Amino acid sequence: MHTSDTALGKNTSLVRLYGLELEVERRGRGQPLLVLYGEEALELDAPVLVELAKNYELIIPSPPGFGASERPDWIESPDDIAYIYLDLAQSLGLRAVPTIGFSFGGWLALEMATKDASFCAKLVLVDPYGVKIGGPTDRDIVDPWNIHPTKAAGLKWFDPEKGKRDFGAMPEHELTIVARNNESFARFCWDPCLHNPKLMRRLHRVRVPTLFVWGEHDGIVSPDYGKAFSRKIPQAKFAIVGQAGHYPHLEQPTEFLTLVQDFLV
Amino acid sequence: MDVWHFTEMPYPHLPPLDTLSTMRVTLPSRHYDPKIGADLYNRYLDEYMIADDLGFHHMVNEHHQTATCLDVAAPLSAAILARQTRKGRICILGNPIANRGDPLRIAEEMAMIDCISRGRLDVGFVRGVPYEIFAANTNPTQTVERLWEGIDLAVKAWTSHDEPFNFEGRFTRRRLVNLWPRPYQSPHPPVWITGSSDFDSIKKAAGRGYVFATFLQPHEKVRALFDAYRSAYLDQGLPGGGGTAFMPLVFTGESEDAAEAGARELIWYMTAKTEPQFRNPPGYVPVELNVKALQGAFSGRTDAMRAMGLEFQREQGVVMYGTPDQVAKQVRRFYDRVGGFDHLLVMQQAGFLDHARTVRSMTLFAKEVLPQIKDLARTRPNNAKGAAE
Repeated sequence: MHTSDTALGKNTSLVRLYGLELEVERRGRGQPLLVLYGEEALELDAPVLVELAKNYELIIPSPPGFGASERPDWIESPDDIAYIYLDLAQSLGLRAVPTIGFSFGGWLALEMATKDASFCAKLVLVDPYGVKIGGPTDRDIVDPWNIHPTKAAGLKWFDPEKGKRDFGAMPEHELTIVARNNESFARFCWDPCLHNPKLMRRLHRVRVPTLFVWGEHDGIVSPDYGKAFSRKIPQAKFAIVGQAGHYPHLEQPTEFLTLVQDFLV
Repeated sequence: MDVWHFTEMPYPHLPPLDTLSTMRVTLPSRHYDPKIGADLYNRYLDEYMIADDLGFHHMVNEHHQTATCLDVAAPLSAAILARQTRKGRICILGNPIANRGDPLRIAEEMAMIDCISRGRLDVGFVRGVPYEIFAANTNPTQTVERLWEGIDLAVKAWTSHDEPFNFEGRFTRRRLVNLWPRPYQSPHPPVWITGSSDFDSIKKAAGRGYVFATFLQPHEKVRALFDAYRSAYLDQGLPGGGGTAFMPLVFTGESEDAAEAGARELIWYMTAKTEPQFRNPPGYVPVELNVKALQGAFSGRTDAMRAMGLEFQREQGVVMYGTPDQVAKQVRRFYDRVGGFDHLLVMQQAGFLDHARTVRSMTLFAKEVLPQIKDLARTRPNNAKGAAE
């Protein structure tokens, strides 16, 4: 047990797994709910998890190279992380638990579920990356590393004001996590850019009820991309959230929670 | 002291710079006129020929998707110089081995150029500047690993002469490595590495007997880098015997005013604009520096020097200019400040600096500066044992 934040009912521990140390946070009470956060880890301080923690025990692992998790050199892709997360789910005794994955975390959830879906009862995917739908010159996923940071924020957020973060006011140890998360995201997702060419051919293996939630104004991965993505998974549902970009759960938490809670009951 | 002529072969004929957001990576090629480009290529190569007659060695480099550098394949320009020059050594600084991703093809090309030039080749390897990542699509978090795996493989290929070997590395896999031709120089051409702050790489370079080069850095920083090199240097019996190299922008004029005017043209190079996302891709620099970037205190390594004025740049040794005596004095002062060094890489052409003035500056340097600095002693390693650790 490392740290605890009693106010939020958080507690964080480091789990050692086949020679790799991963950070796992547990928060709230109730049935377990696996939460795979996005590349910016914005979910961790957001109201959406506070609300979910009222009804569930949230299990929130940090991927290798994120948070306090180690990143050994051999781990290079979401595919690699999926095997580690499946080992983690097994070691934590997670079987048939509902799972939510945000953005990069949604991609990780799909990499896991296409390999072995027994950890998972239902799957919620929020504006995930992971597949390439179009041809070589189609830009299915806007390359966030190629564009000016200001423009990138405009594509991610319906209201870019909500996306502003005051890094100047953050303590150094938090900035270190932000910088390391950014680096790890690039390590895993740089090339192929934000997708695994094999994943599309594996999506039929996801045989659990699946809900895609998509921000209507997501400028990184469009709703059309999301719809085409969702059609590759048998019986997957697709829901649009208005006045939201890449992070509908952060821009429209109330609507998002209603959708998710209805799906999970 | 060896002195090497260098131009990055710029294409400066662009729309007004304040109308462009970048000169690199995404600048459309409609701004490139092939006829002007043809003139520039031939002019820059002519200047290397003149440099050869004047007693300079030659340095070439390459960059991609940028108006700042038309040389997109240093082995091609080096091959031309191998055939067309007679005296000077030719240093490729360098082969972007991490980005090119085919170390054995590079090893072959270098062996061929070494043979054509009859052993006048120095082979540099570079990790590549941040914006090169985008043209090459290399993972920015792995460039150092790719660099060293590639160098070690190239050297093994140059020095294996009895039977093929297999190589199953992290980034390169080959069944039968069996290089033809082998290099002219034995055991292989001098190897150079560039760097600006990675002390691990400096130590590796020094331990392998390679030359370490750094560009356009303030003298205190250069001193720290060169000290690190000297304390780890291990003689591996390579031609040239290792050493250190520094590149400033250099303009030599008949008068102080003429020199300053020339220097102001050269620093076009430092005003080359690049959009912020291309200056610092994630993982290119360590997490500690990216923490500073988030705090707004760091926006890419090349950015800091750019913001400073010419006078400051001269004081730091980044730009050396003046009359021949003044330039010689600046070189000697820099030499003293950094604990000595072995190779002066003079970037004598940049931006709009035209042929006549470039050649005039080169000639003054060769005739009046070179004699004053060529006897500067080679630096001596501080502690050869350090490299063994």
